[in-house]
Amino acid sequence: MMENQVAKQNHFWQYLILILLTIFILIPFVLGFWTSFLPTAEISKGALWSSHLSFDNYRAAITQTPILRYLFNSLVISVLTMLAQLVFCSMSAYAFVFLKFKGRDLLFYVVLATMMLPFEAEVIPNFATVRSLNLLNHYAVMVVPFLTSAFGIFMLRQAFLQLPEELKEAADVEGLSHWQFYGRVVLPYAKISLLTLAAYSFLASWNQYLWPMLTTFSDDFRPVQDGLRQLQSQESFNNWGMIQASAAIVVIPTLIVLFFGQHYFKSGLNEGAVK
Amino acid sequence: MEQIKSNNSNKLKQISPASKFLAKSYDVNARDKYYALWFLGPSLLVLAIFVFYPMLKTLYLSFFLTNNLGQPTVFVGWQNYLSLLTSSSYLASLQATLIYVFAVSLLTLGLGLLLAQTASFQVKGSAFFRTVFSGTMGVSVSVAAIFWLFMFNPSVGLLDQLATILHLPVINWLTQPGWAMTAVVISTVWMNLGFTFLIFFGTLQSVPITFYEAAQIEGLSKTRQFFKVTLPLISPTIFFVSIITLIEAFKSFGLIDLMTAGGPNNATNLLVYRIYQDAFLSGNYGLASTESVILAVIIAFFTFLQFKILEKRVTYK
Repeated sequence: MMENQVAKQNHFWQYLILILLTIFILIPFVLGFWTSFLPTAEISKGALWSSHLSFDNYRAAITQTPILRYLFNSLVISVLTMLAQLVFCSMSAYAFVFLKFKGRDLLFYVVLATMMLPFEAEVIPNFATVRSLNLLNHYAVMVVPFLTSAFGIFMLRQAFLQLPEELKEAADVEGLSHWQFYGRVVLPYAKISLLTLAAYSFLASWNQYLWPMLTTFSDDFRPVQDGLRQLQSQESFNNWGMIQASAAIVVIPTLIVLFFGQHYFKSGLNEGAVK
Repeated sequence: MEQIKSNNSNKLKQISPASKFLAKSYDVNARDKYYALWFLGPSLLVLAIFVFYPMLKTLYLSFFLTNNLGQPTVFVGWQNYLSLLTSSSYLASLQATLIYVFAVSLLTLGLGLLLAQTASFQVKGSAFFRTVFSGTMGVSVSVAAIFWLFMFNPSVGLLDQLATILHLPVINWLTQPGWAMTAVVISTVWMNLGFTFLIFFGTLQSVPITFYEAAQIEGLSKTRQFFKVTLPLISPTIFFVSIITLIEAFKSFGLIDLMTAGGPNNATNLLVYRIYQDAFLSGNYGLASTESVILAVIIAFFTFLQFKILEKRVTYK
C-alpha cells in the first residue's frame, strides 16, 4: 500500500519534470514552425493564430532568397569534408596502429595535443594563409583546413586497436600489403566508428559559422549558417514568417538525419565518453 | 567499487588485442617507414599548415604591433599582454566570459542530468521524451538564434506577450545588459541539452541493474540511490561532459554574433567575439593575437584537465 503511494508520488514528480522540460525544449521549435505558416503581417501584430495558414512563407523563402543555394553549398562543403576526413583520419590512425617507425608514439601525442588548440584562436594566421593561397570565397576555403582532424585520428586509432590480432596474422600469412590490409580488413572492421566519424565531421562542418563568415563573400559559396545570418541582417529582418520558413527549411534535413543516425551517434559519443 | 574498476580494465585488455602491436619493440623496418610517409603525410601536412604554423605565428604576432594587413611592424615584448590585463574593458570581457561559461556549464549539466535521469525511469512515453530531448542536437547555431530571437523579441515574442497577459513588466531581453546575458545563456543551454542528454542517457543505461537491486534491498530511497549509487558511477562522464561544455562555451561565437553582437554596452562581448572585432573589424591583429593566446591558454588548461581525468580512469594503451 505505502509503497504504491510512494511510487505514484514519484511518478507524479517525474512527469512534472519531464513535461516542464519538454515544454522548454519544444516551444522554440513549435513556435518557429508554427509562425512559418502565418502571414508576416499578422505575426508583427503579435498574433499567434490566423485563418490564413499557408505555405506562402516557404514559397517566398525559396523564390526570393538564395536559401536553396545556401543549402546546396553547405551540402557540398560538408560532404567533401566528411569524405576527406574519413580517408585521411583512417590512414593516419592506421599508421599509428599498424606501422612501426621511429618516433611514432611521440608523433601521436603531438597530434593528440593539437586537440587542445581551439581553431578560434588561430583564425588570424589561417586567414592570411588562405588569402595567400588564393582560396578566399570558394568551396576550397571551407574544406582544405579541415581535410583531417586530430579528434578523428584519435577516435579511429582507438577503434583500430581493438582489431583481433588473428586478423593481422592471417593477413601476414596471405601476404597482404599494407594498402590491402587497410582497405580489405581494417576499414570494414571499423565500420561503426567510421560511420560515427562521418556523422560527426558532417555536422561539425555543417555548423561552421565564424570561418565561413570570414572567408566567403558571395551567395555562390556561402554556406547555410552564414546564409541565414545574411537573410536576417537584410531588409527582410522583420519578415518573421519568411525567416522562420527559412529556418525550418534548414533544420528539417538535419533533424531527419539525426533521427535516423541517432543510434550510431549515441554509441560513438559514448565511446568517447567512457574511454 | 574497486572491483568494478579492475574488471573494467581486464575487459578492456581482452577486447583490445591489437594493442599488442604497440608493445612490440620497433624492428627497424624500412618499408614501414616508407608506408608511414604515405599514410600519415596528408594529415600531417594539413595539421602543419593549419594548426602548428598558426599556433606559432599567433604566439609570434602577440609580441608585435601590426599594420592593417596583419604584418608585424614593431616588436613590443609583453606590452600587448600588459595593456590587455590592465584594460578594464578586456577584464570586463573576461569576467563576462567566465560568468557565461560557468552559468552555461552548470545549467547544461544540471538539466542534462535531470532529463537523462527522469527519462530513464520506466514511465509511459519515455521513448517520446527521449526523441524530444535529443532534438536540439540537430539544431545549428543560426537556426537556434532565429528561434530564440523570436522568443525574446519585445513586440512579437512569446515571453513578453506572456508577461503582458500576466501583467508582469515587459523585459527588453536583448537590449538590457543583465537580461541580454541571461537570454544568451538560456539559448546556449537549450542548444547544448540534446548532446548532453544523449551522453548522460547512454551512460545511465550502462549502470548495471544489480547495483540498484542491491541498493533497494538496503532500503535506499530513489533520491539516495541517485546520490549514493548513480552519481559516483557516472562521475567520469560528468567530468567529461563538463569539460566539453566548458570548452565549447569559451569558444562561443555564433549565438553572440547573431543575438547581441557583443552588446548591449559590451555586456556579452565574450573573448572570441572580441578577437573577431579587434582583428577583422579594427585591424588590430597584434592585440587580437595576444587575446588568442590568452584564450588558447585557458582552453588548453581545461583540455589538459580533461585528459588527466580521463587518464585516471582508463589508460590509453
